[in-house]
Order: sequence, then structure tokens, then C-alpha cells
Amino acid sequence: MSFLAKVFIYPVNSLILADLVERFGHKPLTIMNQVREKVTNISLDSPPINITPEDPKIGLRYAAIEVPAGVRGRMALIGPLIEETEAAIIVENPPTNFGCVGCNRTNELMKYLVRSKGVPVLEVKYPEFDEEAHDFVNKIATFLESLPKEKPEEDEKAKEKEPAEKEDKK
Amino acid sequence: MAETKKEEITKYIVISSDKVLPSDASMKIYESEFPVTVKETCFGLIVTGAKEDVQAVVEKIRQLDKNHIFVKDRGFPAGDQRRCRASRGGGPRPGFHFLREEVKMLPAIGAALDELEAKECVKEKCKEKSKLKISDLEKVIEEELAR
Repeated sequence: MSFLAKVFIYPVNSLILADLVERFGHKPLTIMNQVREKVTNISLDSPPINITPEDPKIGLRYAAIEVPAGVRGRMALIGPLIEETEAAIIVENPPTNFGCVGCNRTNELMKYLVRSKGVPVLEVKYPEFDEEAHDFVNKIATFLESLPKEKPEEDEKAKEKEPAEKEDKK
Repeated sequence: MAETKKEEITKYIVISSDKVLPSDASMKIYESEFPVTVKETCFGLIVTGAKEDVQAVVEKIRQLDKNHIFVKDRGFPAGDQRRCRASRGGGPRPGFHFLREEVKMLPAIGAALDELEAKECVKEKCKEKSKLKISDLEKVIEEELAR
């Protein structure tokens, strides 16, 4: 089965970026989907008790124990998204960065992990004027159009076969 | 634990159009008879329901003015007590501030998408700034007066 490229966006809750990525035929990796799993799962209680024993372990994969708990908590949600990412759009100096997405240490760590992952990354400045908005959209459109919309089926079949072969050898 | 009901999702539909109002969009959803929950807001709509239904509804609404209607996912269902202002004593709900900032930029983003759709060369737009042509200025004035 063929599927679209998974595009990580920063800010992770951006309406404009999420919409543009979806509009150009790719899948945006947004924090809203992660939050949905936490708040609509009937086996979890309402905040702040909606954390499972697994979440701190996930956070520890990305940040050490000395790092503030808030960073690890955020990375427990954002880290799995970064692992899935196949391309990324990073927007510098977004207008408001406070509240849940306002942790600068998490944002720095998140951007570092994405950049060091080796996937195609587009870095643009948040538009302040109409003219800048045109450039902003054009750059994003060009970037998204350059991404492969469908993965070659052969690659996927090969990936499916590999684990099966390994299991056979065992 | 076995799943007893379909996966429910919630989406924001943010309307920044001169032609479509949130009330028009909500009427369109009522007409479509999809089993979804719709909440009308100042910036657009919040739609909650089964994944397939919500996606179908969103696509239908987007077609009303596709370059000026924007969609994003939402974690909490519409009217959720943990986020709804009615049960939290008023004031903007968490997450609204960033949305409000982005809504201010949507007319410009929509105009850029219109241009893209008109198949103007994408690369040409990234060139250096130049003086505004008189014909372009006339177009801008006419568009403003037509509003």
C-alpha cells in the first residue's frame, strides 16, 4: 500500500502549517493527534492524571533525568512524532509561543532532533506582512511538491519481507 | 479491551472567506445529514464525530471556498468540560491565543493560495522585491472597493 510523506511541523500546533501540508497531499504530524489519544481514551482520567507509567520512560529516551520534568513530559508526546517524520517544516519566530508549546528548551531540543535526523527540512520565517505571506506559501508549496507523494511499492514489499526473513532464520 | 465504538475525531474549520460565513457552513453540515456534532464559533466551526464522517464533512465545507477555509485537528472534543469556557469561568480557552494570531494571517495566506491556483510561476514569486506596477495597484484598489 502506498502512503503520503509524514511531515513534522514546528510550531507543532500550527493551523496554517497543518492545513498547507494536508492541502498539498501529505500527512502533518501534529501534537493535537497525540493529545487526542491522551484525553479521549476512556482508560485514562482527566488532566493532570492522564499520564501513564510508560510516558516518563518515553520522555527519558530524549532527555536525561536531570532535565526538567516538563521537557521530558513534552518530549513523551513530541518524541514519537519526530521518530515518524520523513520531512519537516520549521518556522522561526512564530508570533506566540507560550503555554503548552512555550517551553524554549523543549523547542530547541525538538528542532535539534529533527535537524540531526537527516530528513529534508525547510526553514522559513513566520510572515508578518502580506508580501512575506506570499513567499512563505510559495516556499512551502515548492518544498511539499518536491517530496515524494507515494512510496515505491517495491521498497515497502522489501521492508515487509525483511522481518519475515529474519524470523525464519531465528 | 475490545473497541466498541468507531474512532472519534475533532477538527477545527477556520473560515476566512468573504463569501462563506460560519453559519452558512453549519447549515451546509445540517443539510448533509452526517451524524456529527457541530459547534459554531467566532472563527468558524468545531466538528466532532466518526473519522469518516468528519473527513467527508470537512471536504464538503472546504469546497465552498477552498483557498479561504482552513482545517486543523483538535485533541479535545467540542464542548469538552476540561476546555469549554462555559465550565471554566469564561476567558479565552487554552490554545486560543495562537489560533487568533494565525487567523490574522489567513487572508494573506488565502490570497497567496489563490495566486498559486492561478498557475503563476512559483519560483518567480521568490524573486527580489520590485516596484509595484500601476496595473497591479489598480487591481488592489478595485478589489478593496468591491468589498
